[in-house]
Amino acid sequence: MKIDRRSFLSFLIGGAAGTTLSPLTWKLMDDSAIWTQMWPWTPVPADGEASYVNSACSLCSGGCGITVRKIDDRAVKIEGMKGHPVNNGGLCILGLSGLQLLYGPTRVRTPLKRVGQRGQGRWEKISWKDAISEVAETLGDLREKGHSHTVGFISGSDRGTVPRLFDRFLTVYGSPNLMRTSSIIDSYELTLHLMQGAQALPGFDFENADFILSFGSGILDGWGSPVRMFRANSTWCNTGGKVIQIEPRLSNTAAKSDKWIPVNPGTEAALALGIAHVIIKESLYHAEFINYYSEGFDDWKRFVLGEYGPDSVATITGIDSTTIIALARSFARASKPLAICGRGQGTTPGSLNECTAVHALNALVGNINKKGGIFAVAEPDYINWPEVEMDVRAAAGMQKDRLDGAGSKKYPFSRYLLNRLPQAINSGEKYPLKALFVAGANPLYTMSDSKAVKKAFDKVPFVVSFSSYMDETAQNADLILPNHTYLERYEDIPTPAGMPRPVIGLSRPVVEPQFNTKHTGDVIILLAKAMGGNIADAFAWNSYDECLKETLGYKWRVMVEKGFWSYPDFFVQTHEESFDTVSGKFEFAPKETGSLKQFKPVNIEGDKTNYPLLLIPYDSIRLANGVVGDPPFVMKSVEDTVLKGTDVFIELNPKTAGEHGLREGQLAMLSTPVGKARVKVHLFDGIMPGLVALPRGLGHTAFDDYLAGKGINFNELIGPVEDSVSGLDAAWGIRVKLAKA
Amino acid sequence: MKHKKAKKYGMVIDLDKCTGCGSCMVACMAENNVPFRKDESDKLLSITWMRIYKLTNGKPFPNTDICYLPRPCMHCEGQHEGHSPCVTVCPAIATDYSSETGIVSQIYTRCFGCRYCMASCPYHARYFNWWDPVWPDGMEKYLSPNVSPRMRGVVEKCSFCFHRYQMAKEKAFMEGRRKVEEDEYQTACTQACPAGAITFGDLNNPNHTVYRMVKPDPKHHGRPTNPNAFRLLERLGTNPKVYYLSSREWIRRAGDNYLKSESIAKKPAHHE
Repeated sequence: MKIDRRSFLSFLIGGAAGTTLSPLTWKLMDDSAIWTQMWPWTPVPADGEASYVNSACSLCSGGCGITVRKIDDRAVKIEGMKGHPVNNGGLCILGLSGLQLLYGPTRVRTPLKRVGQRGQGRWEKISWKDAISEVAETLGDLREKGHSHTVGFISGSDRGTVPRLFDRFLTVYGSPNLMRTSSIIDSYELTLHLMQGAQALPGFDFENADFILSFGSGILDGWGSPVRMFRANSTWCNTGGKVIQIEPRLSNTAAKSDKWIPVNPGTEAALALGIAHVIIKESLYHAEFINYYSEGFDDWKRFVLGEYGPDSVATITGIDSTTIIALARSFARASKPLAICGRGQGTTPGSLNECTAVHALNALVGNINKKGGIFAVAEPDYINWPEVEMDVRAAAGMQKDRLDGAGSKKYPFSRYLLNRLPQAINSGEKYPLKALFVAGANPLYTMSDSKAVKKAFDKVPFVVSFSSYMDETAQNADLILPNHTYLERYEDIPTPAGMPRPVIGLSRPVVEPQFNTKHTGDVIILLAKAMGGNIADAFAWNSYDECLKETLGYKWRVMVEKGFWSYPDFFVQTHEESFDTVSGKFEFAPKETGSLKQFKPVNIEGDKTNYPLLLIPYDSIRLANGVVGDPPFVMKSVEDTVLKGTDVFIELNPKTAGEHGLREGQLAMLSTPVGKARVKVHLFDGIMPGLVALPRGLGHTAFDDYLAGKGINFNELIGPVEDSVSGLDAAWGIRVKLAKA
Repeated sequence: MKHKKAKKYGMVIDLDKCTGCGSCMVACMAENNVPFRKDESDKLLSITWMRIYKLTNGKPFPNTDICYLPRPCMHCEGQHEGHSPCVTVCPAIATDYSSETGIVSQIYTRCFGCRYCMASCPYHARYFNWWDPVWPDGMEKYLSPNVSPRMRGVVEKCSFCFHRYQMAKEKAFMEGRRKVEEDEYQTACTQACPAGAITFGDLNNPNHTVYRMVKPDPKHHGRPTNPNAFRLLERLGTNPKVYYLSSREWIRRAGDNYLKSESIAKKPAHHE
């Protein structure tokens, strides 16, 4: 066929028209668009019936109510429970990410027994039956040999039915060594005990207070019950309540406060006494409370007036005396002032002197057990189990001194001194620990001087973890008996930290247990039954759920329906009946402590010549540093001036950085008497010159790849400093040296 | 039938109350099936529909101040309805302005990833999926069926939880109502904010809290008449539907680019 001009043009035009009009081109383009997007591995979440379950969050001691949205049997979203007395609809960043823990890769899916070296990560799956009989056998042997007291138990809490089951088990078994993770609550409990004769938790009526004097408490950084504190802060925004934040670093709390007063770190107690000095000198105190309901005021007054004048306090704290005087006046003249302490999230107890000095300010303005003030809240007595019957072995074991020295002659008032355990084990001065159980705690990460803690753990021949997640402690255990997560189990959630009136929450199964896990309460009951005798008799319940239902009695139905039980009839004690001390009054200078004589600043580790700077930790609500670490969503919220790749940033004042020749983003070597770390420098004007701040919550070696291996664990760089009165860890920082890396 | 006034959903964020806690960010990720990767510290690549910025006043110790500023999509209306920076440039009509709700949508299956919209968005509110989303084994279980997970090669952004509007509307219709009440449609971030710093509602409805908080001036493209309220890059003329409140002047100043000598109280010269 000859191709002439005509046919060529027809072909061209026809072709063009055909291509345009034919659906083929468009179909192919559409297909390619679909093909590049509709890849089968992009998940298509299944639809189903939507429902909501009310429960309680127990990822921290905040006790928020949660409402979980479900699609068929899947939990798809955790939200705050509307109308809950703690959080009323809001929820914190960690609580919102709970499903990433439930369905995440860090879950321990079945009981595991170590096969390789400790910490090597080589496990063998075993059945629950074998696991429990192995524990029963080990414990039976120890008891047989009269070594029952060499069994230790570290628990995240000592309140609620599950910790009480631990306590009951140890008592009837014969060991005094139940230890609780320490926090500012320890110092507050001791303060309330010594000054008010109360066996109670501190409760703060923030919602009604109008002048908050915070000695470094991270009200907006996770202190107390975090969501409640955020809500309280918004209340103050609306009502004109004032917050004064005293700390050397501009934290989120300081930034949101009405006035930020940078103080030399560790001198907060002196400042509290300086404020007291002005209040007493200018007679601004609550005369009625002081005259009728307090004891030892005159001694204390002499001490405060003698040594803590504004000028000398100004020298100690670095705050000028006019500021101190003005602060004292505005505190005393406020209608509902409230002074609080506990640095950052309150994860360290701090010195007892500091806590008593701050609490004395509350007494000076007479706001104890009063609206807008601080309450001694006794835990509601809802757990009434029959007394255990102890046999000879149990009685003998319970007679032994505690390994941590709590309740000893040296530290008669403290109930738990977990911080002293590593040293007690490592020195071997008392007796060795032959078995250690850990539940609701991750001591290998959260305790200071990680190396010493690890060394102590290595000396314990049998370590059992009840963790739901492969955390640092579980990783280094011999046996893991994984608990259900909080979204798979029933458990009572005792009064959240700092609540002025008791509330018991109910955590309930939102979904079926996802793996071969078992409720730790059930494991304890089964263990007791396996051991037989008196021990079995003390645990007459068939299951934990039965135990809980029976314990809660008539409250059970309401709690299942509402998700919590509040005590509307909780009444406030009058000042006449508030104090259970020897004098029946508030004790300004409890004689037991000899506190006036021993009032001196905490000696932190390191000498000034070799370690010219001070290292302090800082807490952020976006960095979980307790029992669990950050789930992936929370890690995503961490700023790139805190963590970049695997490098953590220290905060440094530009002036200090200049003196050390360091620039933004530069690598530096941080060394303290306890440890060394490579860090990056972030220049921050909001930190006092001479200080170095490092975030808590990073540097995990366990959990998943989204968290592990990033940054430094602050606890590797600091060791505990024993408080001379309480024995608790009083360290607020450590001396440090900084060099270019 | 009575003429129904179109809705204009918007948000007011009280920066005096915002504590920078990050709940809004995570509530959003959990609600909208936002993926995550092992390293999220490169913020140019990290997908956060709601992102919190940290502002500082730049003063040396001890006069330093910081403030957090949560930034969702601003759902710009532009100089006339629908003239949003991103909508006007999209060649695929993958992003559109709803005249019913004022919400700027993003239709993933239409998007072919040219990223013009990202270049034109002055708020960096849009994110590109450089990788396929991967959830660790078992974690797909928490994915919500109300929002489709995105695939590699598409742009995504805050939708003001549009699926919640759809659900609220369906519920209202089922109950024989035509109106979605204020509390029936709230975004996930608003609901989660523990400080109660975020308020959401219809800016065209004088009964809604958002309207009462900022008192938008309809003659000036919704510019707030509350002296403590401001919008980001107000003078760019994007007409955003997210308003901020702050009692501190340096923060209000940080919301736009001002000359050193310029007072922010002055009315913007543009569009007058």
